[in-house]
Amino acid sequence: MAQLTFREAIARGIAQEMRRDESVLLIGEDIGAAGGVFKGTVGLFEEFGGVRVRDTPISEQAILGAAMGAAMTGLRPIAEIMFSDFFAVCWDIVANEIAKSRYMTNGQMSFPLVIRSGNGGGLRFGAQHSQSVENWAMMIPGLKVVVPSNAVDVIGLMAAAVRDPDPVIFLEAKSLYASKMDVPDGEIVDTLGTAKVLRQGSSATIVTLGGMVPKTMAAAEELAAQGIDCTVVDVRTLVPLDTQTILREVSATGRLFTVEENPRVLGWGAELSSIVAEELFYDLDGPIVRITTPHIPLPAADALEDMAIPSVERIVSEISRSMNQ
Amino acid sequence: MTIETLDLDAKVGLYQAQVELRQFEKRAYDLFLENFVKGTSHLSLGQEAIAAGFAAAMRQDDYTFATYRGHAHTLARGVTMTAVLAELMGRTNGLMAGKGGSMHLTSVEHGVMGSYAIIGAHLPIACGAAWSAQYRGSGQVAVCFFGDGTTNIGAFHEALNFAAIWKLPVVFVCENNLWMEYTRTTDITAVEHPAADRASAYGMERILVDGNDVDAVFEVAKTAIDRARAGEGPSMIEALTYRQAGHSRADPGKYRPDEEVAEWLAKDPIPMYHARLLSEGVSEETLADIDRKVAAMVDLATEEAKAGEAPGREYLMKDVWADGGSAWRN
Ligand SMILES: Cc1ncc(C[n+]2csc(CCOP(=O)(O)OP(=O)(O)O)c2C)c(N)n1
Ligand SMILES: [Mg+2]
Repeated sequence: MAQLTFREAIARGIAQEMRRDESVLLIGEDIGAAGGVFKGTVGLFEEFGGVRVRDTPISEQAILGAAMGAAMTGLRPIAEIMFSDFFAVCWDIVANEIAKSRYMTNGQMSFPLVIRSGNGGGLRFGAQHSQSVENWAMMIPGLKVVVPSNAVDVIGLMAAAVRDPDPVIFLEAKSLYASKMDVPDGEIVDTLGTAKVLRQGSSATIVTLGGMVPKTMAAAEELAAQGIDCTVVDVRTLVPLDTQTILREVSATGRLFTVEENPRVLGWGAELSSIVAEELFYDLDGPIVRITTPHIPLPAADALEDMAIPSVERIVSEISRSMNQ
Repeated sequence: MTIETLDLDAKVGLYQAQVELRQFEKRAYDLFLENFVKGTSHLSLGQEAIAAGFAAAMRQDDYTFATYRGHAHTLARGVTMTAVLAELMGRTNGLMAGKGGSMHLTSVEHGVMGSYAIIGAHLPIACGAAWSAQYRGSGQVAVCFFGDGTTNIGAFHEALNFAAIWKLPVVFVCENNLWMEYTRTTDITAVEHPAADRASAYGMERILVDGNDVDAVFEVAKTAIDRARAGEGPSMIEALTYRQAGHSRADPGKYRPDEEVAEWLAKDPIPMYHARLLSEGVSEETLADIDRKVAAMVDLATEEAKAGEAPGREYLMKDVWADGGSAWRN
């Protein structure tokens, strides 16, 4: 058992997979000797060398194109896109090339690759370095989408992503990089498509993921003190989506709240709400409520950014208002 | 067909390869007009020498990366006419059972690693296959074909730099047919030779070749591919050619001046090669036999393709994922 930060867990997860499989390679900007701008790859260059851990130019299309070409010819690359906002400059490779090519070729090609990226706000970086883009990834057929919320899950889900035969977008909440957790020794391997129930309650079910998980857990504590006892589900992977666990937990309490960092319109919770409305309508005891970042570009000022991204206070007040209606 | 040395037998083979591509494309055009080929198609009429010359210089396990104008490159690597025609017609005996269509021809078993319809995207992807070959020490080379217009998109420049710094075994081939869709490429490009004049910016040699001369194409291809295989890094080749037909579908290509079309029809790669082979001692009869044999091949492929069935519902929801399915939730 060792206490690891979220960012150390990323390096540990990657190292675990690179040790067992020579075909796992890592590329990205500043990920080598520099250890990554978020220090998510510290130690990997030293352990695996410059052939397997390779710095690239600022060429996001080339980085992801290279990952795709390598994956279709037998390797298992992990590519880093430094900030997830930068997906916008290489989205063709993600959405048109990687995601569609297995289907278009009638299953001739496989793309066992992982694209990791620092996602979301909380660091006062302003609108072009702060967006939460999990909904961009979720809406493209052919991509798996992982959004871990803690160090242990990072390691296990990274292993699952690397070993998966399909392309995985692995979004690391930047607001969690410094968070710490006790991590067991030895190999950790998790399963994609499995949500986790973090807390069981009888009043309402809150479904959340990534950087919103610690805030939601803190909010659930406060709500419990007010007599509102909530179940909290950590979705962990948006695709494949563990709908069964979520439906079971929503049906048990009769209420669904989502806490999402992505901007409001067509955030992942919208799809979830539609599933629940369609499949669980008669089990609901009240409206579905989505707590999200408003539909705005994120502002830089700490005062404004804190108002935009769902906070513990906002989660508590929106849930208690709705529950007491 | 892989050729070691360009002897007379090999040249007869190159003649046949070009005739196959020519007659296939003509048939694809007719079938488009007859509405057997739906959607769109982009023909390589006039550009056959490039596909034939490069394929002959490639090793069996080398990788081809093509564009939406990819029928010729796919056939040149040995994919059957029936599989390509049936794909164009959306039939289950098509190369991808109709799921990709004319613009996405792929045959991994023949090293055809895809035809890409977003301009420039496949240059970085070809770099990835070359990087993989380099890492695995397999000696494979990736050959990536694209048009003159493609040299103005960012991915082109990212890929060239990437290939150069990692010394990747990749050969970039610009088929300069003078036009990007309906616009003359020199009108929208800062240099006269869109690929060759930019090669030096990425530490590569300036190589221009007559893309209508299959012997010249073969020689330049062989040099670049050998170089890549020997670990000496990427090359950029600009092959000068002409798109004899329109850009796509039934485009009559009216924007091209008559004199220009006439000038390039006079440089048609196939009659030129026919004349050369005669002068080198191949009999008229040998070549006429090839023409007839290929015509019969195209007819047979047309019949076989037409006999294919339209894909049923079972194809719709399969192969999004490696498990063969498309489930995104449980
Ligand atoms: C990113 C992108 N922009 C525009 C198009 C539409 N388009 C298809 S082919 C083409 C012309 C390309 O010209 P060139 O590279 O010279 O190739 P050619 O068609 O002559 O073989 C264009 C603009 C596209 N497919 N992708
Ligand atoms: Mg062109």
